[in-house]
Amino acid sequence: MKKYTFTEKKDTRSGFGAGMHVLGQQNPNVVALCADLVGSLKLEPFIKENPERFIQCGISEANMIGVSAGLTIGGKIPFATTFANFATGRVYDQIRQSVAYSNKNVKICASHAGLTLGEDGATHQILEDIGMMKMLPGMTVINPCDYNQTKAATIAIADHDGPVYLRFGRPVIPVFTDADQKFEIGKAWMVNEGTDVSIIATGHMVWEAIQAGEILEAEGINAEIINIHTIKPLDEEAILKSVEKTGCVVTAEEHNRIGGLGDSVAQVLVKNKLVPQEYVAVNDSFGESGTPAQLLQKYGLDAKHIVEAAKRAIARK
Amino acid sequence: MEIEQLEKVASQVRRDIVRMVHGCQSGHPGGSLGCTELLVALYFERMKLKENDGKVVFDMDGKDEDLFFLSNGHISPVWYSVLARRGYFPVSELATFRKLDSRLQGHPTTHEHLEGIRIASGSLGQGLSVALGAATAKKLNNDKGIVYVLMGDGEQQEGQVWEAATFAPHHQVDNLIAFIDLNGQQIDGPTVKVMNNRDLGAKYEAFGWEVISIEEGNDMAAVTKGLYEAKGRLGHGRPIMVLLHTGMGYGVDFMMGSHKWHGVAPNDEQLAAALAQLDETLGDY
Repeated sequence: MKKYTFTEKKDTRSGFGAGMHVLGQQNPNVVALCADLVGSLKLEPFIKENPERFIQCGISEANMIGVSAGLTIGGKIPFATTFANFATGRVYDQIRQSVAYSNKNVKICASHAGLTLGEDGATHQILEDIGMMKMLPGMTVINPCDYNQTKAATIAIADHDGPVYLRFGRPVIPVFTDADQKFEIGKAWMVNEGTDVSIIATGHMVWEAIQAGEILEAEGINAEIINIHTIKPLDEEAILKSVEKTGCVVTAEEHNRIGGLGDSVAQVLVKNKLVPQEYVAVNDSFGESGTPAQLLQKYGLDAKHIVEAAKRAIARK
Repeated sequence: MEIEQLEKVASQVRRDIVRMVHGCQSGHPGGSLGCTELLVALYFERMKLKENDGKVVFDMDGKDEDLFFLSNGHISPVWYSVLARRGYFPVSELATFRKLDSRLQGHPTTHEHLEGIRIASGSLGQGLSVALGAATAKKLNNDKGIVYVLMGDGEQQEGQVWEAATFAPHHQVDNLIAFIDLNGQQIDGPTVKVMNNRDLGAKYEAFGWEVISIEEGNDMAAVTKGLYEAKGRLGHGRPIMVLLHTGMGYGVDFMMGSHKWHGVAPNDEQLAAALAQLDETLGDY
């Protein structure tokens, strides 16, 4: 097992803020919008240097999406930012008509996704956003795994012409990817090559998958770990190449098991190569208040549950 | 363009509307007929449009020209007719309205790359926000173009409209002129009965808008005068709202003043009766 170490823990939303800071200096067409959550989205450095390119929308997410769509007419690249729940479920029709159907170059950037926003509880813990966004034709869906990857993804999507949903989170987690990485939309990252089971993980679950890989290694199981940061378009080739070798799959995501990464992977397997698949995901329920670690454990999303799922998948081969 | 000439265009646009809706036996003639004077006055008189050798040219960014957004997308027939008559696409294409493989979808869309359309609309309440974004982009680009947007009065019942109404004066979007088509009708009946909007002018004034009225929204001279007045008030820190009083179905006597022709197509006899009231001034498609 390839060793992954870290010297610090950071939140992925800070990676987004750092990416925006860079974009503010590099790309004069980038405009940031926010619905009264500037601090939570870590936009202060961008706003300080580019006050004329920041648009405070107040607590009016529907209008923010529409204004973003309009800004593209005239060549601006709007980054519409708020919590993931308010960035998707609350404004689905606005995104559908004014952004996706109209094919507008809007970047919907959503923090506090999933269970790990913690204590605020289920009203804010959206677990359906990946499903909603990936169902929209033409929408790119990205869920990076740590601070560095989120920063790189933020910078990369400015150069992609078309609507993007960028999903990140609140908790501090290990920073284990390269600081100077190049982010390629739609290209899976091979975290660890293995032979017994393919663990395909996205977002915060990638670090859990690495920990699971180490536990499995101690038990003589050689896990291949793949980071799917781009859920749509999905890197089908990387998935199929891996299962050819391992013959079984575990998908891991901080999302409802219905409609997320697991279902996208299952669709690839059903069409191309039927192998056993186990889901590590929220089991069609809402979340609740608690610390991120408590919630990952209770809802079956931590490294221990990935280990168990890997063993189940291997047993079904 | 002289008022008389604009009226001639309007008559032809009305013929196009009823013929398009009849041709596919679906669509929304009532609101389309009511907003004919506004769209003709905008596109043939008021708006600065990009032209090359006297012919309009379309690009999505619309830099250094005026832009129009139709938020109540269901009155697409009037917009399609005006765009075609202004030269954005062939008039013959109006015959494809709402038919399979057409660029003239039931509600306007950019998806089929129809010249003149910059955003999809149909699901109500979104157009004002989009127009505010486009107007903001113009300011960021030091572009002196004006952004126009039309909404329905029933549409004022959508919550997003009031998010946008709050945003516009706060950000001093003073290169935008919005219209509400006050025809007093919506699908389920008169607006005052379905959901009373009460005094929309007072509401927008309270939100910080400059509000003017065009009392005779189907009188071409009154509309062009109102547009001139609205334009004169731009650039003073406040967005402009024009309350446009129209008659739903205006120009076809049996369609006028009733919600019943909101989304109903005429049959063959009704089409003939309608066309008998409207001069063919520019040649039918």
